[in-house]
Amino acid sequence: MNAAEDPRWLRALVAALALLVGLLLLALPLAAVFTEALRRGWEVALEAILEPDSLAAIRLTLLVAAISVPLNTVGGLAAAWCIAKHDFPGRRLLVVLVELPFSVSPVISGLVFVLIFGLQGWLGPWLQARHIQVIFALPALVLATLFVTFPFVARTVLPLMQEQGRAEEEAAATLGADGWQIFRRVTLPNIRWALLAGVLLCNARAMGEFGAVSVVSGHIRGQTNTMPLHVEILYNEYQFAGAFAVAALLALLGLVTLAAKSVLERWSGRAVGEAG
Amino acid sequence: MSASLALPHRARRLRAIPGFGLAFGIALFWLSAIVLVPLLALLLRPFELGLVGLWASLTEPRVLAALRLSFGAALLAAALALPLGLLLAWAVVRLRFPGRALLDAAIDLPFALPTAVAGVALTALLSPNGWVGAPLAALFGWRIAFTPAGIVVALLFVALPFIARTVEPVLRDLGREAEEAAATLGATRFQTLRRVVLPALAPALLTGFGLGFARAVGEYGSVIFIAGNMPMISEIAPLLITIRLEQFDYAGAAAIGLAMLLLAFAVLLALNLAQRALRRGWA
Repeated sequence: MNAAEDPRWLRALVAALALLVGLLLLALPLAAVFTEALRRGWEVALEAILEPDSLAAIRLTLLVAAISVPLNTVGGLAAAWCIAKHDFPGRRLLVVLVELPFSVSPVISGLVFVLIFGLQGWLGPWLQARHIQVIFALPALVLATLFVTFPFVARTVLPLMQEQGRAEEEAAATLGADGWQIFRRVTLPNIRWALLAGVLLCNARAMGEFGAVSVVSGHIRGQTNTMPLHVEILYNEYQFAGAFAVAALLALLGLVTLAAKSVLERWSGRAVGEAG
Repeated sequence: MSASLALPHRARRLRAIPGFGLAFGIALFWLSAIVLVPLLALLLRPFELGLVGLWASLTEPRVLAALRLSFGAALLAAALALPLGLLLAWAVVRLRFPGRALLDAAIDLPFALPTAVAGVALTALLSPNGWVGAPLAALFGWRIAFTPAGIVVALLFVALPFIARTVEPVLRDLGREAEEAAATLGATRFQTLRRVVLPALAPALLTGFGLGFARAVGEYGSVIFIAGNMPMISEIAPLLITIRLEQFDYAGAAAIGLAMLLLAFAVLLALNLAQRALRRGWA
């Protein structure tokens, strides 16, 4: 036996404790969502999801994600490309600023847009005079989602970009390629799986975000209610079957995202190995 | 002469990758529009109250109670997540047992589960007639849901993966050579863990603690369902922000937001300094 090896009973005990923690803290909440959703049968759960207000919430959630994820993908890619492939003063500051939204409370992420666009916001009177609705409408939902999901793409892609170095891009530049060609033909193919993982994580957060959109949404049923907000409304009205049915749908989204991420990580890991 | 002067210049230009201007422009515009300008509003608007008014708004008993609860519960939850996260990371990296791969995947669950879903799920589990709440109430008379204890459990759930996932790679890289050397030199297993393994993991544990705390202190979705939301008792600071917004007290809401942000940065700065001291003590 190895001198640094723990006795067999101790290893078994640690494994059992870890499994217990995983069961109590991680598996049980997930199981509770699906059990509560199906407590009164498939039909009731399905009915709750196909009810008009739920469908409107699903549509709105998809719309918000469809607008904000591509925008943040472009912004995040641009930031990561600058940081990884170029030298400029303030590079480290840019890294910190890109990650800043992660350390801001979701409620504050919504609050800042109310401070600007709300009735008593900086632009509130101006917008109201022109009958432009930002807060309690789609634009604010998108803005709050953009803020919250801002770091995901840059953060997922940046470590890989830095690891891959600049040799290939420099070679392309020497051969006369311009910036866009280098990005599209050299950098992008090298990071494609990591980029896809980043986009998926960004999308999962965009669809699941609660605090930030809750502040700016106004909770108008059928109009400004996203899926997570719809869960809250149904829950507070004691429509538990409906609330948990919509919650189960969101949980599925999370599970699919997790599975896809782990597959992509394996692929991108292999891709990095090949390149290195 | 002029050729030799031009050479280093040309060499530098060849090494630079083109396209920086456009990419930097997009990144900077995006960052400013989405993050920096909005945060500027948070920075400026509280001062509309005047310094005296700002102080009065922040020292209301209800605000102080909410801030105390948010920071206290987040620190406690991150502290509780420390041993549990280490346990999970240790099991996943060091041990081979049935269900290990599943446990490994489950660690990321709190990252992936929307916070509102986590909130209703934990409330269902811990409410007095839930799977976990009912036995706890029957056996010990404990009430978790709708009390500050419920808040700590919800925050523990969100903080746990930060610690496990920060420690895990360090533990993987650590290898067993140092432990084997310590054992060869006559250290007991406990001495080895305390003197060799734990110091090597300490910086990662601190980093994970900071990440978990930062996430937990501002957490909203997973907390408000389970908290009970009683003013002065189980009302978290983010909830108070939304209440002030509903009363159109924008400056007051921004004041709490700014205070939360500054306090959180102070805690993270302290952790950062502690980490540096730890590294120096080592070297």
